[in-house]
Amino acid sequence: MASIPMQQGLLLAGILFAVGLAGLLVRRNVIFMLMSLEIMLNAAGLAFVVAGARWGQADGQIVFLFILTMAAAEVSVGLALVLRIYRRFKTLDADAVSEMRG
Amino acid sequence: MLHLLWLIPALPLAGFLILATLGKRMPRKMVPVFGAGSVGLSAIVAILIAFNFLTSTPPGNSYTQVLWTWMDVGGFHPQIAFYLDALSLVMVLVVTFVGFLIHFYSAEFMEEDEGYSRFFAYMNLFVASMCTLLLGSNLLLLFLGWEGVGLCSYLLIGFWYRDPVNGLAARKAFIVTRVGDTAMTLGLFLLFDKLGTLNIQELMHRALVQWPVGSTLPVLAGLLLLGGAVGKSAQLPLQTWLPDAMAGPTPTSALIHAATMVTAGVYLIARTHVLYSIAPQAQLAVAVVGVATLTLAGFSAITQSDIKRVLAYSTVSQIGYMFLALGVGAWSAAIFHFMTHAFFKALLFLAAGVIIESLHHEHSIFKMGGLRKEMPVAFWTFLAAGCSLAGLPLITAGFYSKGLIIWGAWSSTRGSGALWFFAVFGVLLTSLYTFRLIFLVFFGEMKTQIHKRPGFRMLMPCVVLAILSVVGGFVDTPEFLGNIHSFTDFLHLALPPVTEGPLRGMSELGSESLVTLAFLIGLYIAYLFFIRKRELAEAITTPAIAKALHRFWYSDWGMDWLYERVFVRPVMWIARVDKNDFIDYIYSGMALITELFYHGVRKTETGRMRWYAAGIAAGSIIFLAIVLFL
Repeated sequence: MASIPMQQGLLLAGILFAVGLAGLLVRRNVIFMLMSLEIMLNAAGLAFVVAGARWGQADGQIVFLFILTMAAAEVSVGLALVLRIYRRFKTLDADAVSEMRG
Repeated sequence: MLHLLWLIPALPLAGFLILATLGKRMPRKMVPVFGAGSVGLSAIVAILIAFNFLTSTPPGNSYTQVLWTWMDVGGFHPQIAFYLDALSLVMVLVVTFVGFLIHFYSAEFMEEDEGYSRFFAYMNLFVASMCTLLLGSNLLLLFLGWEGVGLCSYLLIGFWYRDPVNGLAARKAFIVTRVGDTAMTLGLFLLFDKLGTLNIQELMHRALVQWPVGSTLPVLAGLLLLGGAVGKSAQLPLQTWLPDAMAGPTPTSALIHAATMVTAGVYLIARTHVLYSIAPQAQLAVAVVGVATLTLAGFSAITQSDIKRVLAYSTVSQIGYMFLALGVGAWSAAIFHFMTHAFFKALLFLAAGVIIESLHHEHSIFKMGGLRKEMPVAFWTFLAAGCSLAGLPLITAGFYSKGLIIWGAWSSTRGSGALWFFAVFGVLLTSLYTFRLIFLVFFGEMKTQIHKRPGFRMLMPCVVLAILSVVGGFVDTPEFLGNIHSFTDFLHLALPPVTEGPLRGMSELGSESLVTLAFLIGLYIAYLFFIRKRELAEAITTPAIAKALHRFWYSDWGMDWLYERVFVRPVMWIARVDKNDFIDYIYSGMALITELFYHGVRKTETGRMRWYAAGIAAGSIIFLAIVLFL
């Protein structure tokens, strides 16, 4: 089975991360921002897995498991916040929720 | 036993720490237990040590306790060490014992005050500092205590800080004594620079070996130290702070501004007496300062109307006597007068405090009167102390100590007829203002109703001190009256005796008789003016010139007026003119830049989450770039 070269894996991770970041910055809907965040987390996880495969170590996959767990926790908190925001402002536009400014 | 020496300053210090940290939280009844108790224990330790010192005098008539080395910098290693000899023992005994009595008195006097624990904390810190000053074996440790007592004096004068006048008096005391302290610091620098140590005994030894008598350096050092002593002891020309210091609570005036702290200058000069013996010019300056102060302050005391101010000027005048004694080399006479003065002056203030408390905080002696029958304890104790102050012959302590000084001024090789004359004239003034005070306050008609009577805790210290003001003098009597010299003999373990010159046509008996005569004249004038013919007192002050003179003396010979114009106003004027100099621009510029940054950064706080995310992303990219490419 031909292994995938590390460069390509890392490139994919980088592209995914850039896509996620762009989505986070461009989108105004909070739900979409959360989704972009998931993409960025997965991009980071992919980079770990690729690096782990390159050195033949299990560490990369273990870190990916951690990232998964953290992502789950983050989403649950995030969604709860989204619900509260929607109840209060009747919108999911992140820019509308800018009451706390310095 | 002597190794308990460190406890004398440590116990009041512990009392201060406890009261300063827990004073607000402990029940009110516990405050004097710690406050007066710590000083009481310290006094007991001092008495035990004195007993031990007397029964088995340590070798060299002194005992040094080294606790640790304070610092060790470039050959300069002062130690935290206490030095006990006859001089510091007497001083410490008086300070702790009189201090304890005054603390005991304060327990009742300050009871209603909201700053009860704060008061005791300051007082304890004062006793600790004073004992450090007295026991310090080197001039640096002495200076630490010196500044410590100055600080406590400042804190206690301004104790009732809500009244701006008190704050002003406190600042005045602090700044005026600072002038003297600056001179003293320069003196310490000079001594260390030329002799290479600050350990007092070592210093005196080296000065004696290295400096010829009358050369410039010892004179200069002596004059600089005298500057410090003059500031602390309220002598001419720095005496202006002491009368204003009466703004503090009365026990403070009794302890700090009469009995103990103001005599620190006397102690300093007595401690460094070797230096003055090789600097005759500096010692003459001490005598002249003393004589000038005792006369001028005596005149001022005659004209005052505030009971505490009369006593303050009398303190200034009596310390003038001690300076005179130091100046003529009658070292032990100065310390003897310090001791008797501590007894009767503390008592005068305490009794004055009783009167002031009873009369609704009335300070003016012209509104008192007729209290003889109403307040017998205050009257008799005040009378005993007053007689001791004025030097009532034969039975009071003040007579013996003052007589010893005046005889020293005549008989010593460094004395002279002029010094002796002014000292005797001072007795007349003392007797005049003391009996003026007593006659105005206790005789005649009642003018103010008594509103509360003092309790046991205020009267007991008065009675103890009254006994001491009478019997305290019998430890040392002149040749024709028993010839007891136990006090001076004891002090001669530490201080040299008077070097008597050739007798100049008058015996000790003659001198004492003239002192008695001066006392009687003063008493008679006071009796004539303030009991017999009150209208005479008014008649004599009616002419314009007499009024002007009265005003002049009342305002302390115009010293405050002069200083106000020569020093205070020019400095204030420069401060006002120079208010906008460039140094301020540096600091206000820094503030301005910070504020600009604040406004700039504030703009980025928009509350828009996506901007924050972009900021974080940009920041991490910049950070990574720095790590990777630099």
